[in-house]
Amino acid sequence: MTINYYHHLRPEIVSLLAADDLFAKAEQQPTRYSYAEAMLELGEKNPKVVVLDADVSKSIKTNEFADKFPDRSFNFGVAEQNMMAAAAGMATTGLIPFATTYAVFASMRALDMVRNSIHYPKLNVKIAASHSGITPGPDGVTHQGQEDLSIMRAIANSTIIAPADPATTKLAVWAAAEYDGPVYLSFTRDPVPAIFDLNYPFEIGKAVTVRDGTDATIIALRDLVVQSLIAAEHLAAQGLNVRVIDCHTLKPLDVDAVLAAASETGAIVTAENNIFFGGLGSAVAEVLVENNPIPMKRIGVRDTFAESGPYLDLLDKYGLSARHIEAAVEDVIARKQ
Amino acid sequence: MSQKPMSVEELEKMAVIIRCDIIDMICTAAAGHPGGSLSAADVVTALYFRIMRIDPKNPGWPDRDRFILSKGHACPVWYAALAERGYFDKSHLKTLRQMGSILQGHPDMRKTPGIDMTAGSLGHGLSAGLGMALSGKLQQKDYHVFVIIGDGESQEGSIWEASMAAPNFKLDNLTAILDYNHLQNDYSVDDIMPIHPAVDKWRAFGWHVLDIDGHDMAQVVAALEEAKSHKGKPTMIVANTVKGKGVSYMENVCEWHGRAPCQEEADQALEELRR
Repeated sequence: MTINYYHHLRPEIVSLLAADDLFAKAEQQPTRYSYAEAMLELGEKNPKVVVLDADVSKSIKTNEFADKFPDRSFNFGVAEQNMMAAAAGMATTGLIPFATTYAVFASMRALDMVRNSIHYPKLNVKIAASHSGITPGPDGVTHQGQEDLSIMRAIANSTIIAPADPATTKLAVWAAAEYDGPVYLSFTRDPVPAIFDLNYPFEIGKAVTVRDGTDATIIALRDLVVQSLIAAEHLAAQGLNVRVIDCHTLKPLDVDAVLAAASETGAIVTAENNIFFGGLGSAVAEVLVENNPIPMKRIGVRDTFAESGPYLDLLDKYGLSARHIEAAVEDVIARKQ
Repeated sequence: MSQKPMSVEELEKMAVIIRCDIIDMICTAAAGHPGGSLSAADVVTALYFRIMRIDPKNPGWPDRDRFILSKGHACPVWYAALAERGYFDKSHLKTLRQMGSILQGHPDMRKTPGIDMTAGSLGHGLSAGLGMALSGKLQQKDYHVFVIIGDGESQEGSIWEASMAAPNFKLDNLTAILDYNHLQNDYSVDDIMPIHPAVDKWRAFGWHVLDIDGHDMAQVVAALEEAKSHKGKPTMIVANTVKGKGVSYMENVCEWHGRAPCQEEADQALEELRR
C-alpha cells in the first residue's frame, strides 16, 4: 500500500507527480492572471481596494478590474515612480492601493519611492509584481525580475510573499489586503501548474509542509515549489524521503519551520527562481549559521543574467530545475554526520 | 479651526516669527537647511494661518486639507508653522535632528503631529499629493491638497511624471507651489540645469498657472485662494522667491542651502528679521 506523504495537493497532482507527467498534463496558469482574478473578487468585497496600473494592465489582466470598477482603477502610463508615490498618498487616506507592474520596475526603477514613501512610513500599499525571477522567459533579461526578492528583503518594514501556484496566489492577495502595511507580492509571467486548492491553510509568515520527509528538507518558494515536489518524487524512487516546504512568505521568514526542518531532517536545500544572493537561500543560511549549521545548499540563479527562451528550458539551463534540486539534495545528504 | 484666518498684515507678522523660529532651530541643531526654509516661509505661513482647513487638535481629521513639503530638507519652516499653529509644543523646536526627537532631519509622518507625508528624497511629494487628491475625488471629499516643490527638485523626472498625470486626472483639488529661488545644493539652478520657462512648461502640461512674487503676502494669499477655487485643472503657483529671504547675508548665497548659522550669525539674523 502507498503512504500519502503529501499535504494540501490536489489529488490529481499526486497522481501526475507519481507518473512524472506534471507539466504535460496539469492545469496551468500564470500567477499574474490568478492575481487579476483575485482582485475581481476582492474589489467586490472591499470598496477601499483600488488598482494602480502602469501600462501593463492588459498583460497582467488588471484591465478586467478596470472594466468592472472603472472608478477604482487608475492607469498612470509608463511612469512607475509616479504610480508608487501616488499609491503612498492614497494609502494615507485609508484606501488600499494595489500598485501593479513588473518586478524589475517595482523593485528597481521605482525603488526609491518604494523605500522612502511606502516602507519608511509603513503605508498600506500592496505592490503587485508580475514577471518575477526568470519566469518571463521569452522577454529576456530586461524583463526578468531575478533580483526583486533580494532587493525587497533589504528594505525595513517589508513583507514579501511569493506564492507557488494559482490558488495560493489568490489566498496571498486576499491575506495581503487584510494585513495593514506594505506587502510585496511576486507573480510569474509564465504558466505554473495548479497544485493546490483554496483549502490550503495560507497564513502570512507561516511556511507549509507540503511533503513529509526525514532525510532532508527542500525549502522553496514561488515556481520552484513545483520543481521541488518533482525532485522529491524522483528522490523517493531512490529511497530518499525528502520533506518539501512551501515558504511562500520570504519575509518574515518562518524561523520555527526552518529550525524544525534542520533538527528533524539534518540537511536543507533552498530553491528559488531568484539571484542566489540575498533571497531565500541567504535568509535560511542566516538562520542556520547562527543556530544549527547543518549541511545546506542553495539553488538559485548564479551570478549571471539569463537570456530569452522557453521558461522550462531556461530553468534547466540556469540550474533551477528538478534535476538540479535532486543533485543538491544528494549532496547535502552525503555531507550529513 | 479654533483660530480665525489671519489678515495679510497678521500673516506678515507671523512669517517673521516663523523665520525667527527657523534660524533658532537650525542654529541650535547646528545643522539644517535655512536657505530653502526661508524662501518658502511666506507661502507656508499663508497656508497654515489662513488658507488650509485644519484642526491642530485633530491632525488626522479625514476632511482636513493636506500639505506636503516635497522639498523635505526645508522642514524647519514646516515644523515652525506646526508649532506656532499649536500642533505640538514649541519646546520641541530645540530638539531638531537630535536623538529621540519628534523632529527628524527630514519630515517623518509617523513621528511629527501634522506631517501629512514623509518626505526627503526629492521628486516624491507631488506624486503623493496627486494620490491624496485622487482619493479625495474617489471618496467625494472636498479637501484640498497643497504641495511645495523646489526648483532644483524639478530636475527629477518624477516631477514631470506627476505634472503630466495631475491635469489628465483633472485634479482641481491639487495645488502645487514652485519655490522658485534659483539656487540648489551645488550652484545656481540656472547654471546647472535650468527649469525655465517654468510658467510655460506647466501651462503646456495642462496646469492652471499663476506667476507671483512669493514674498508679497497679498499676492500669495490671492493666488492660494484662487487655486483652491479654480475648477477643472490643478493649479501651479510659480512663486518667485529669494533663497535665504529676510537674512541679508543668506539671501541669494548658495552656501546657505545646507549650512547652519553659528550663534553670532543667528543673533544678527534675528535682529534683522525683527527690525
